[in-house]
Amino acid sequence: MHNQIFENYHLKDRSSLIPLLQEIQSIYGYLPENALRDISDFVHVPLSRVYGVATFYNQFRLTPLGENVIRVCRGTACHVKNSANILYALETELGIKAGQTTRDKKFTLEVVNCIGACSIAPVILVNEDYHGRISVKDIPKILKKYQTAKKTEKVEKSEEVSQ
Amino acid sequence: MVQLTINGIKVNAEEGMTILDAAKSVGISIPTLCHLKNLDPTGACRICAVEVEGFRGLTPSCAYPVAEGMVVETDSPRVRRARKTIVELLVENHPQDCLICVRNKNCELQDLSERYGIREHRYIGETKCHAIDISSASMERDPAKCILCGRCVRVCHEVQKVGAIDFTNRGFTSIVTTPYNKGLNISDCILCGQCILVCPTAALREKSTIKEVASAIYDRKKYCIAQIAPAVRASLGEEFNMPLGTDVTGLLVTGLRRLGFNKVFDTNFAADLTILEEATELIHRIQNGGSLPMFTSCCPGWVKYVEMNRPEVLTHVSTCKSPHEMEGAVLKSYYAKKMGINPEDIYVVSIMPCTVKKYESDRPELSHATMPDVDAVLTTRELVRFFKIAGIDFNDLPDSEFDNPLGESTGAAAIFGTSGGVMEAALRTAYFKLTGKELEHLEFEEIRGMAGVKEATVKIGDMNVSIAVVNGIGNVGQILDQVQNGTSKHHFIEVMACPGGCINGGGQPIHQKPEKVAKRIKVLYKIDENAKTRRSHENESVKTLYKEFFGEPNSHKAHEILHTEYFDKKKILRN
Repeated sequence: MHNQIFENYHLKDRSSLIPLLQEIQSIYGYLPENALRDISDFVHVPLSRVYGVATFYNQFRLTPLGENVIRVCRGTACHVKNSANILYALETELGIKAGQTTRDKKFTLEVVNCIGACSIAPVILVNEDYHGRISVKDIPKILKKYQTAKKTEKVEKSEEVSQ
Repeated sequence: MVQLTINGIKVNAEEGMTILDAAKSVGISIPTLCHLKNLDPTGACRICAVEVEGFRGLTPSCAYPVAEGMVVETDSPRVRRARKTIVELLVENHPQDCLICVRNKNCELQDLSERYGIREHRYIGETKCHAIDISSASMERDPAKCILCGRCVRVCHEVQKVGAIDFTNRGFTSIVTTPYNKGLNISDCILCGQCILVCPTAALREKSTIKEVASAIYDRKKYCIAQIAPAVRASLGEEFNMPLGTDVTGLLVTGLRRLGFNKVFDTNFAADLTILEEATELIHRIQNGGSLPMFTSCCPGWVKYVEMNRPEVLTHVSTCKSPHEMEGAVLKSYYAKKMGINPEDIYVVSIMPCTVKKYESDRPELSHATMPDVDAVLTTRELVRFFKIAGIDFNDLPDSEFDNPLGESTGAAAIFGTSGGVMEAALRTAYFKLTGKELEHLEFEEIRGMAGVKEATVKIGDMNVSIAVVNGIGNVGQILDQVQNGTSKHHFIEVMACPGGCINGGGQPIHQKPEKVAKRIKVLYKIDENAKTRRSHENESVKTLYKEFFGEPNSHKAHEILHTEYFDKKKILRN
């Protein structure tokens, strides 16, 4: 599936490592192990180094994203507004740690440093929706909304966005 | 030449020299952690920081070149404070279990803590917590003890060019590990152990089998036999404060007997046997159009490397088992029969300078039915520990001789432990086998020494035999490319995975000085020089072995017991 992307790059060119990782991620939404091995063979960089680069940068993911991505803002303003508790509550509610995806692949939980919405702190971003000035009590309600949302609705929504 | 001042001392330094080296030349010692001689500096650990007049911050001396008129302070209060803080921060994120650590009293972090007088815990906080990787048969990786200096990573990538481990993640969670943290056993690692030799702490260490060996010795049913590799006798003395380059063969034999081994044999005997098998195989390939060039197969790290990376050239690797496996196989067949011992009761322990040999002895094809040729492998370092546990005062031991018949060896076998040695030994015998005459000049200077790839052409009879010696697995790439695309002009190629050969193997005493290796090599060449016989085919015990048991080299029986097979392991790594 990803073999054609190598056509645009030179064999053994170490400098194409990061662009290749980015392209692979744009195809799959994450970096599958076999793709990393193919990149390693192509640029002649040991797999350990490719893996090292992929884990160093926050932009790369090694596991597929869930249906819904929750980003918890841990910037200064949100921190003052107790976003640590929000994160803890989400982790408890979903049964995962930040950076992980639930078993049913419904939710991925991520931490971001600031999403630029300090006026409504503490804030979380679910897919493209901002939920501001929330408290721990609101979390089950928010999660329920996305839990029950059907895939078809989401597809329609994203089509709207692209139009 | 550049003139600069270090701690008020006028220093003449060469241009391009680092401050660290310039200071060293006048007897000023600057501590280092991430620094590795002969590799590009990274300046990562900052422990070598010095104060340079006119510079705002402290400068890493391992990475900064000297300049005319530079004024350097290597021991100012500011420098001392900075270094102490670095050490304190490293110590606080370290398990601090020195008393029960395998590197106790041989640890650079411990030394630095002592040097900077760390006497209290000033930074208490979260410490890293990682599982120990015990997946491989040879080595353990304990990331909790890792101080992230990166020396193992650089040796693996830049010297050995294997690249099995690297830094992953970042910040507090960063860890040196294999891809997907899967463990060394399912990585590109060839278990050469060069990373152990450069590790400042016990984050990398061999997997110890002392316990198994000790309980076998105390098992009355077992007939325990030890065998000693050539390189061990040239290095073990270092651990008992003997001068560098002391030959401790006689002491080792006595020491092993006192540990309780029933017999102590010499792997050198099997090295002579290997030469007869390998030289015959080479001649057979040359005369019958077999796969050429032929590679040596003594080094299990090299064999593992080919199996995992270039299975296409496996037919070029000699099918001979490595010497200690041959010795084990002969012990459990010929020797057992001759002495009337049940081979199942024989427990063979190899004392090796090598970590890969532990993995090798576990290989299922190197066994007869369920009985492995070699039961356990101890590295040089483990044997030192074993001697200490047993209360053997090594320095005061009397000399003694190997047991026979598997203890006799020639000078050709002794040099197996150094790069170029197997080739030299093989040439001495191949010359005799092909021409019927003895070689007059035995030394092949062009294939000795520490160069990465050593090539030569030797005239044997009316044939020019082209040979190459690869010193360190990092230098093998080009040679393999030539073989794969059919442009190789060589007939016979020796490969040793460790730089310098077994003498600098991953199981040898920990050292940081390349000049140590040169002194160890001298010991082996001296053993060869002083040997009564210096050609493998002159070994009387080997001759008897062929007469009584194998018939002739490469006979059917020899193939069964002394040869092995290899497997394509590339696919295993790719799921």
